[in-house]
Amino acid sequence: MKKDLLGIDDLTSDEIYLVLETAEAMREIGQRPIKKVPTLRGKTVVNLFYEPSTRTRTSFEIAEKRLSADTLNIAVASSSVLKGETLADTALNIEAMAPDMIVIRHASSGACHLLARICRSRIINAGDGMHEHPTQALLDAFTIRQHKTRIEGLKVAIVGDLLHSRVLRSNALLLTKLGAEVWASGPPTLVPRGLDLLGVRVTTSIDEAVAGADVVMMLRIQQERMQGGFVPSLREYFNVFGLTVERARLARPDVIIMHPGPMNRGVEIASEVADGPYSVILEQVANGVAVRMAVLYLLAGGVQHEEAA
Amino acid sequence: MSVVMDADRIGRTLTRIAHEIVERNRGIEELALVGIRTRGVPLARRIASTIRDIHGYEVPTGALDITLYRDDLMRQPVASQPVIHRTEIPFSIDDKRILLVDDVLYTGRTIRAALDALIEFGRPKSIQLVVLVDRGHRELPIKADYVGKNLPTSSSESVQVHLAEIDGRDEVEIRE
Repeated sequence: MKKDLLGIDDLTSDEIYLVLETAEAMREIGQRPIKKVPTLRGKTVVNLFYEPSTRTRTSFEIAEKRLSADTLNIAVASSSVLKGETLADTALNIEAMAPDMIVIRHASSGACHLLARICRSRIINAGDGMHEHPTQALLDAFTIRQHKTRIEGLKVAIVGDLLHSRVLRSNALLLTKLGAEVWASGPPTLVPRGLDLLGVRVTTSIDEAVAGADVVMMLRIQQERMQGGFVPSLREYFNVFGLTVERARLARPDVIIMHPGPMNRGVEIASEVADGPYSVILEQVANGVAVRMAVLYLLAGGVQHEEAA
Repeated sequence: MSVVMDADRIGRTLTRIAHEIVERNRGIEELALVGIRTRGVPLARRIASTIRDIHGYEVPTGALDITLYRDDLMRQPVASQPVIHRTEIPFSIDDKRILLVDDVLYTGRTIRAALDALIEFGRPKSIQLVVLVDRGHRELPIKADYVGKNLPTSSSESVQVHLAEIDGRDEVEIRE
């Protein structure tokens, strides 16, 4: 493993499988009466969140605690960032207190790369702007493998706001790397240029994307990033791109329906589908803890190659 | 390189140990076997199957991965992390007499880690240690209750246990 986990590009396919298999072992720890192992005792992990997050921050914190790391959360709302401190200065000040790892979420793409350059601590990207969210893609792959036993050869449809989605980018990189056939669908205003360069097949018809799919992954309409009038109305969006029961029937009979959360019910996904028998949305959340434990454990080891050379 | 136990010897040794376990533990239904990954697991299964042949009772058997409890994790700046495997203990260990099974007893550090790991699953009535080979050189105050073979070694030698389930053959050998 490299020093940091900034994006899926940092991982070879062997390393992706190593994370997934390690997560398999970590999952068992969550089923014990005492859900804790001493592995990261004495390691300090800082969770630095510049964007609101419930799921990802809680998931990282539980993962860190189950590995016995000392964790501390810095929520920007109560930090010196409000007094005008730059990201680099905040990072250097945290670094001066010698944490072992920093988990960062930031609204700007590449914020974690900046930290990785100036910090000795291991950096884990928990979402940077519209760029990447690698641990989400890893937990999605873990969930897919649980149900389908493999990833190679599956048809995966990713539908929704493709433009603002770091989940799409990380998933597209990971799933194509492992040999899945990835389709992406969304309104033309929300399709970024060059998406096909990631090896993804792009269509503006959700029906075409979902037809015969093994996995349907719905993306959130990011209302906080919607200052440009990308869709006429949320109701119209649901009519054209929402995953309804009828549309879900176009997929394979053993399809699994995924969503990275938080869901907008009745916007990108109908409640009947989100709560239906094919939905694995809450399993994704449960698996997130095991996958993040695996990432923390694997990154806590020594760095091969670079530092050794 | 020399072979110190062949398949026949390993088979008879495990049968002897199974008999000793039955002899020393009244109340066989309180017993449970926990094998330490990797090679403790098939050894534990074989002992369970021999006890079933003697007594007709199936002793519950689990598998323990001790990697996350090792005392040498993250002490080398350049090595990658050891691969971890699943721990599977599909029964409550509360009030059980646990037989911890491993292939080779050497420094005792693996057993120390296994004891820590096991205690987190509950409070067993007792824990006993079963090993196929005791090669000496203990670094911790740990002693086995059932030993297949005492094998005096020098610390420059290495003891390799091969088991059919994993390695395709049963054999214990010493290498320089």
